[in-house]
Amino acid sequence: MSTDDVAIVGIGMHQFGRSDLSGMDQGVVAVRAALADAGVEWSDMQFAFGGSAAAGKADTMVSKLGLTGLQFINVSNGCATGGSALFSAYNSIKSGMFDLGIAIGFDKHERGAFRVDNSTWYGKSGMALTTQFFGMKINRYMQQYDISTEALDRVSEKAFRNGSKNPMAWRKKPMSLAEIQESRMLSYPLRQYHFCSPAEGGVAIIMCRADKAKQYTDTPIYLKAAAVRSRRFGSFEVMAPHLAPEHGDGPTIDASKAGFEMAGMGPEDMDLAQLQDTESGAEIMHMAENGFCEHGEQERMLAHGETEIGGRFPVNTDGGCLANGEPVGASGLRQVYENVLQLQGRAGERQVPNNPKTAYTHVYGAPGISGVTILAR
Amino acid sequence: MAQVPVEEGVFTWPSDEPRLIGSQCTECDNVMFPTQSGCPKCSSSSTEQIELARKGTLWTWTIQGYPPKSPPYAGNDDPKTFEPFGVGYVELPGQCKVETRLTENDPEKLSIDMEMELTLVPLYTNDDGDEVMTFAFAPTT
Ligand SMILES: [Zn+2]
Repeated sequence: MSTDDVAIVGIGMHQFGRSDLSGMDQGVVAVRAALADAGVEWSDMQFAFGGSAAAGKADTMVSKLGLTGLQFINVSNGCATGGSALFSAYNSIKSGMFDLGIAIGFDKHERGAFRVDNSTWYGKSGMALTTQFFGMKINRYMQQYDISTEALDRVSEKAFRNGSKNPMAWRKKPMSLAEIQESRMLSYPLRQYHFCSPAEGGVAIIMCRADKAKQYTDTPIYLKAAAVRSRRFGSFEVMAPHLAPEHGDGPTIDASKAGFEMAGMGPEDMDLAQLQDTESGAEIMHMAENGFCEHGEQERMLAHGETEIGGRFPVNTDGGCLANGEPVGASGLRQVYENVLQLQGRAGERQVPNNPKTAYTHVYGAPGISGVTILAR
Repeated sequence: MAQVPVEEGVFTWPSDEPRLIGSQCTECDNVMFPTQSGCPKCSSSSTEQIELARKGTLWTWTIQGYPPKSPPYAGNDDPKTFEPFGVGYVELPGQCKVETRLTENDPEKLSIDMEMELTLVPLYTNDDGDEVMTFAFAPTT
């Protein structure tokens, strides 16, 4: 720990899935849980960054949490909303501006696939669907790197198995390979149980200057890196009516490199990871894009269970987006929440063995944005 | 029944041999679709309108297996009668890859690198009784 490090000292969550509460109120539940976890009061918060994609302006929740006059900034950055809130909180502390504050993400979406807000020829003609992008990206990737459809099925099987060990997950029922393979084809080669669904939920993370962390917890977790990157010319991203003829690295590769550089660590130093799994192919591609394997190596890793909780490199230990659903504003912080539990040894039935010391998160979303964090105890 | 384009300025209309309408950067020659005023490659603000190639190769593809939500989708979204349709990127040589509907919806009949050609397909019938047309690429063999 160096003196300018940032520590996570409290985490809170409202269960993902479907709830009678508004999205905002689920955020409030998460905040109260995080405050209790850190043993602090809302009035102790010097600042907040918060956001949702579809459940209102985060700063209005002060009317329920307490009108303390704190600096509260709304963050809106698609699937990287939570990651962006975390990045902003991290810098607010690292810069020396503040000592203690909170990052909040929550959401509530309608049932079914995300509705696209595109009334031009593009949406009218039946394009502009995120599911199509994922189908097209993995279809090409599978051919390029010899990945089988069974690898896709294995990712889903693992997600639902891990979800069944997570009391906060939405989908807690394990699913057989056969059930996954027989589910409806939505966007070739991806079937219903290869996809996550829009959902609801909220997460809050309390952070402070590292040298003050022991005031709040015996087991602070240090945020070694938080990086967000947008797409560069030539990358293949969601919702793109055209792509450049040349190939460029996507935002995941850029955010990953930036994160590792910031932390002074490499992929080989990570003990586990939560990777964006909007669908099972995304987890496969993101394993390589984040530097955890070579392209094509995933086939063997999945067949040998290397990314299972007890495997060489556990991935999506809480069931990922597949078992938790995707409340856009909260999804990235859910990954951080899980990693904090894992590093503190509080993950219960799904605890990664041998006291993991480092953990990685990665989110990806429209229109081509990635956020990465690296945590260490 | 009269035919009308889904939107003006996306493809040449009327035309027996339709072409997509894009932009080319006057500074770096980067090609974009649909038309846009700035260049994402060199940040120039100077682009001119061009007609894109009619033929290309399939870069990747999928099959839209369920009805897209309507709005914005203007085609048939009735789950009982919905027909899955292909979607892909077609690489136009020396220009760019364009996202497009495909006339083929059978995975067995689609493969990366196959030759494709631009055509127009009916999307829906509007309140005036006109057939609204959008673009698609069709396998040439
Ligand atoms: Zn240019």
